[in-house]
Amino acid sequence: MSESSRLSVLKTYKLYVGGKFPRSESGRVYEVADAKGTWLANVPLSSRKDARDAVVAARKAFGGWSGATAYNRGQVLYRVAEMLEGRKGQFAREVARAEGLSKSEAALVVEAAVDRWVWYAGWTDKIAQVVGGANPVAGPYFNLSTPEPTGVVAVLAPQESSFLGLVSVIAPVIATGNTAVVVASERAPLPALSLGEVLATSDLPGGVVNVLSGKAAELGAPLAAHQDVNAIDLTGADAALARELEIAAADNLKRVLRPAEAPDFAADPGLARLTAFLETKTVWHPTGSLGASGSAY
Amino acid sequence: MASAFEYAPAPESRSVVDIAPSYGLFIDGEFTEAAGGKVFKTVSPSTEEVLSEVAQAGAEDVDRAVAAARRAFEKWSALPGAERAKYLFRIARIVQERSRELAVLETLDNGKPIRETRDADLPLVAAHFFYYAGWADKLDHAGYGRDPRPLGVAGQVIPWNFPLLMLAWKIAPALAAGNTVVLKPAETTPLSALFFADVCRQAGLPRGVVNILPGYGDAGAALVAHEGVDKVAFTGSTAVGKAIARQVAGTRKKVTLELGGKGANIVFDDAPLDQAVEGIVTGIFFNQGQVCCAGSRLLVQESVQDELLDALKRRLSTLRLGDPLDKNTDIGAINSAEQLARISALADTGEAEGAERWSPACELPSAGYWFAPTLFTGVTQAHTIARDEIFGPVLSVLTFRTPDEAVAKANNSQYGLSAGIWTEKGSRILAVASKLRAGVVWANTFNKFDPTSPFGGYKESGFGREGGRHGLEAYLDV
Amino acid sequence: MPHSATAFADVTASDSTLRRFLHGLPGVDAVGLEARAASLGTRSIKTTAKAYAIDLAISMIDLTTLEGADTPGKVRALAGKALNPDPTDRATPRTAAVCVYPDMVAAAKAVLAGSDVKVASVATAFPAGRAALDVKLADTRDAVAAGADEIDMVIDRGAFLAGDYLKVYEEIRAVKEASGAARLKVIFETGELSTYDNIRRASWLGMIAGADFIKTSTGKVGVNATPANTLLMLEAVRDFRAQTGVQVGVKPAGGIRTTKDAVKFLVLVNETAGEDWLDNHWFRFGASSLLNDLLMQRQKLATGRYSGPDYVTVD
Repeated sequence: MSESSRLSVLKTYKLYVGGKFPRSESGRVYEVADAKGTWLANVPLSSRKDARDAVVAARKAFGGWSGATAYNRGQVLYRVAEMLEGRKGQFAREVARAEGLSKSEAALVVEAAVDRWVWYAGWTDKIAQVVGGANPVAGPYFNLSTPEPTGVVAVLAPQESSFLGLVSVIAPVIATGNTAVVVASERAPLPALSLGEVLATSDLPGGVVNVLSGKAAELGAPLAAHQDVNAIDLTGADAALARELEIAAADNLKRVLRPAEAPDFAADPGLARLTAFLETKTVWHPTGSLGASGSAY
Repeated sequence: MASAFEYAPAPESRSVVDIAPSYGLFIDGEFTEAAGGKVFKTVSPSTEEVLSEVAQAGAEDVDRAVAAARRAFEKWSALPGAERAKYLFRIARIVQERSRELAVLETLDNGKPIRETRDADLPLVAAHFFYYAGWADKLDHAGYGRDPRPLGVAGQVIPWNFPLLMLAWKIAPALAAGNTVVLKPAETTPLSALFFADVCRQAGLPRGVVNILPGYGDAGAALVAHEGVDKVAFTGSTAVGKAIARQVAGTRKKVTLELGGKGANIVFDDAPLDQAVEGIVTGIFFNQGQVCCAGSRLLVQESVQDELLDALKRRLSTLRLGDPLDKNTDIGAINSAEQLARISALADTGEAEGAERWSPACELPSAGYWFAPTLFTGVTQAHTIARDEIFGPVLSVLTFRTPDEAVAKANNSQYGLSAGIWTEKGSRILAVASKLRAGVVWANTFNKFDPTSPFGGYKESGFGREGGRHGLEAYLDV
Repeated sequence: MPHSATAFADVTASDSTLRRFLHGLPGVDAVGLEARAASLGTRSIKTTAKAYAIDLAISMIDLTTLEGADTPGKVRALAGKALNPDPTDRATPRTAAVCVYPDMVAAAKAVLAGSDVKVASVATAFPAGRAALDVKLADTRDAVAAGADEIDMVIDRGAFLAGDYLKVYEEIRAVKEASGAARLKVIFETGELSTYDNIRRASWLGMIAGADFIKTSTGKVGVNATPANTLLMLEAVRDFRAQTGVQVGVKPAGGIRTTKDAVKFLVLVNETAGEDWLDNHWFRFGASSLLNDLLMQRQKLATGRYSGPDYVTVD
């Protein structure tokens, strides 16, 4: 039996919002083609309202996810890597089509993406020790700085690196307890939408990551202006859009991660993407004084 | 025999400071007139006496200063860290040596009590330079990778509430990291920054490394917008902070913003009450409440409200308002007529919206800008005075029933700079502290500062941290 | 019986009710308390205010000698000094009292009888307080019989630290009764109670039991009166009066040697309990060398010259 004799079953690609797989409330779709221009799928063309719903879902998930133990978050991120490892073939095919890579090149990209999840899984319970700590203040006070997630982060995923880049921007956001509204690569959203299916089966609470497909400009504007979004990653915006969104983001002083000029997602990620969406909270408490000074605590 | 114990006037001597009749801009190591020839007067808020006439920087002066800082950058950033460190140590020592002079100057120009400039501002200024001096040759070990690079020229705009301390918060880490600086002090408090220029001279700091541009908002805006500026650091209002965030959009300028706040000071029924009262007083009346991290919202558990308010009112009645140079003065002058008008208007709004206003019997001097310590009871989340930053000695008192409600109310704000927790129960402190969306949480204390302790806000209180290892990041290309 | 004893009948009904009450008092944050005391210590008291404070402080001194080597001669000299602190200036106020051991009361009284300078006597097996109750009561009665106007008793710190609050309470009550008309100062030995929470509890315990004064220390242990523990006790008497209407005095003792220190304590009184306590009926200093420093400072204010130890009396 030759493969070509069987008509394959096509997947209807849907958004991933609040742990569910809705279509766009607008009912709109757009065509996605492979690198050579061959039709691949009709995907939801998300609207402002989809963005709004995604923010609601992300906000709702924030308390639980940020309140989970770092160990628990690490387990969940590692589970994502496990789930992805088992679906490498699927993602390699999607990435190959999306980015015009050979099968073996695409396989390497997917493996790097799996490894990226593992890298960030390990960071969840270490970042506080690296960027936080006790401060030796000149007085009888215990003083501790700890990093905390900033809240809901809107992420414009990279346009070119549809999967490794995508994972490289999502994982650091959620590793530290933020929740994310991700706008997938406009031209190559299929790996992102499929990632939603992996996340849904990885013990990640619904709403922690929400994936929208559509136009970066159309979705970026309401997200950048949204008063209940705490930060925005502009990686997937071109210079003009990035500037426009950074201006809109100033309305509630979002933390803004500007696009890098030529991001190399294969390189060592460092800490920058983790710390970009962290707040530092510093807590003081009197210690009292002991002993000979005569102080009674 | 029980006659009142009247404290005789105990004024700090003004003769330790010699204020010149006029000052220029400090650019490239020299005092110079403004290009436009403009000057403005700086007055003592407690008497309205004109202290000096100061050159007013304009856009052209910003150009000159940024150019000077750029020229100085190459050498300064190339100096071995240990050498930069020694300059900063020198500055710290000179500040210590001249601390009485600078304290009196700051009190004159700002209106805050000498008790505060002497015991808080100046010691912290010196400590800040000491702290960052030590980082200058240890940047490789600060956790930002090997050989982290400075950004270049830092444009820094500081407020009038802690003029010299905010200068220290800005300049010390900038220089330690190898940047050069153009700093604009606030128009109502330019003098201590100009005296600092003299400290730099005494320290032998190379010309152009620090440039001081007294002036108004237009000079600040020109500095922030200047193409030659690589880093913008601003402390001030949230409205201006947002304008700056828009201004720098699309550039490579790194920005840190320390903005407004509406700090919740939460008192539980098991609090150490006498210390809580002190913490509330420190929280809102330190520096006349003109503090971004002030505990301006008192959230008191309903079950101890009466007891606490009685104690608080009794305590407020002992506050001594008057001559800021008097060593026994607790409450000094409001910094400017403009600020006084803003405070008065918001307090009037509080009354108009139905909150109950109370102040201790308190005679206000006839000259100068004064506002009596004030508290409002019966305030709810819906009142303007529970939401807007007043930046004055006005406390809004709200109640809560449970810890959850306290946290919800505390977090129900556009701001997220500071918060206080008063309870003897350790687990409650840790639980509540972890839920508060604020950059600094003081538990069983309030308004404590230290150069090693990162300071900065969540939400619309700004971003970035000043102080500690965290404060270096703002001045490094990382 | 003092008003307070009946007002707190429920509280003192049993060991457990008393414990619940004392442990229900608001906690004390040590750093905050000490910071407040230190901050008040920065008040600058000059010229007329200083003159007022010095005279007030002199008038508040319980001029004290509590040595094994005390003799009638030594006590007479001290009493003479209390009556006439500065022979060069008869306008100098007298001290509030002379404080001695019970067997020296008669010697002091012989000098002071008829004056407004009181004789205070330590009692109850001072300073350790380690004796049976009947011994302590006999000690007290001896002192009163010899003419003591005031009794400075020590509490049983062992019982307090063991949590036997009712025992401490009942002992104070018994001593109060034995003191008769003499005013009772209750010494907590704050240095041995060690924590500020304990000092607050002891303060309320003492006041409920009928103390006329609460007093920090015996002067015989390492840590005696401090600004912080005195501030804490001033808060207690302030709150006790607000709750019961009964005013109780405060006496820091031990370690206060200079005018500067004494003035700091008066600032604490002024800004914590208030001016109602600025009177030697309600506030005392347990001290000895303090007096000469106050006198030298007083001479300095009067003459503009710094004085020296040869210009005040050695007693």
